[in-house]
Amino acid sequence: MNPAAVRTLPAEAVRASALLVLLVVWQALAWKVADPLLPSPAAVFVSLIHHLTHGELLHHLGKTLMRVAAAFVIAMLVGVSVGVWMGRSKLVNNLLDSLLVLMLNLPALVAAILCFIWIGLNETAAVLAVALNKIPTVITNIREGARALDTQLLQVGEVYRVPRGTVLRRIVLPQLYPYIMASARSGLALIWKIVLVIELLGRSDGIGFQLGTFFQFFDLTSILAYTAAFAAVVFAIEALLLRPLDRRLNGWRA
Amino acid sequence: MKLVVDIRRKRHPGKAQDTIGRLAFSAESGEFVAIVGPSGAGKTTMLKIIAGLDKDYEGGLDGAGDDARLGFVFQEPRLLPWLNVADNLRLVSPALSDAEIDAGLAKVGLADTAAEFPLRLSGGMQRRVALLRAFLVRPELLLLDEPFISLDAPTAESLYQVLAELRSDVLPTTLLVTHDLREALALADRVLFVSHSPAQLILDYPIRLPKPRRRDDDAVSEMHHALIAQYPELLGGLGTVRPNKEAA
Repeated sequence: MNPAAVRTLPAEAVRASALLVLLVVWQALAWKVADPLLPSPAAVFVSLIHHLTHGELLHHLGKTLMRVAAAFVIAMLVGVSVGVWMGRSKLVNNLLDSLLVLMLNLPALVAAILCFIWIGLNETAAVLAVALNKIPTVITNIREGARALDTQLLQVGEVYRVPRGTVLRRIVLPQLYPYIMASARSGLALIWKIVLVIELLGRSDGIGFQLGTFFQFFDLTSILAYTAAFAAVVFAIEALLLRPLDRRLNGWRA
Repeated sequence: MKLVVDIRRKRHPGKAQDTIGRLAFSAESGEFVAIVGPSGAGKTTMLKIIAGLDKDYEGGLDGAGDDARLGFVFQEPRLLPWLNVADNLRLVSPALSDAEIDAGLAKVGLADTAAEFPLRLSGGMQRRVALLRAFLVRPELLLLDEPFISLDAPTAESLYQVLAELRSDVLPTTLLVTHDLREALALADRVLFVSHSPAQLILDYPIRLPKPRRRDDDAVSEMHHALIAQYPELLGGLGTVRPNKEAA
């Protein structure tokens, strides 16, 4: 295909082609190696269907998704509020800054162990441990956004005595959307990763728990099948939620 | 509403010198006063004080700040780029109906732009929207901070007409800050000249020419030349001018 033809391909096809290449390389490697420790994509797909229809994949996926959603919502709400606060007030920023640095560098494992020991081996501790890992990165992002708020536009609100709620909704938040979207994307990714570790550590259900079980049996096919199910959900969230939201919020750009 | 301004001193924090020395003047209800002075003379600071955006100064105000319904047109249009034109107008006057918005836009020559986003409009059109926004709140006091700066002469001239027409409905007490003497002479009832920073009043000059005027009218040109000839230092803002007998 000549370069001009490639450029006119629909964006979705271009996105999919990278994945397709990955699959082909993987399949070829699996044939060549022919070892149970490198199952082929086809074998993983069969295993995925099996876990979907006969196993408990959906149950565990559901559990994990619930934890991800809870931790995500908490992290975004707390992170955006504190971030705006720190970005707009020097005093608050000075008060909380060293605490923020400490939190940013607290290893996920430490937060998880402390939560499980102090709160107990329960849902609250698991979700809290995940949220604690994400909150400081959201704060850092949003604080940058809040510092960069356009004073000229805020003055419009002030001069015309626009009510506080309206200022927040129509003047402040739209300026923070790029920062919020970036936080949401990186946040979802980070939360996925940490949730699994925490499930492995202190829960008896969820994908992390299952992966731990498969690990003990060296069942790589099942591990990859679960990972694939997981990746599918991430792609669905990106395509059905984040990208349309992005388009909607950026419609005004000329 | 009559405006009384008595700023005795304004110094920005961390600066060694005052931005405003003493600026005391008043404007009658519905009067159009232009304030002319060199760039950096503290004119914008003065408008911010009058608007209540800056409360850190010595002195007092009457008929301004929180007492008056305020319209403010800034140097840049300052429309919110993520709101369409109608929503930009509704931001400051939420009760407006679609029909009122369309009527307002038609009056400033922007019919059928209610659904457009500001970045799709030209600079001149954005300024029309900004002017309309200021008038839709039915201001008692209108503050204009060099709103026609960096426009070509015909565009500026057409905006003068829009301003005059909008003003005739609402008749707010109006302060126009500018460093363009011709613009001041074309629009105002009275021109106040201020010095270099720290800003002080150096001349209070009434304009008794019939309105509407254009910036290249003979009478305006004549007055412009006469002023420059009579007070050559005026636009340098050196503050060496003796008070005008006619104004005193």
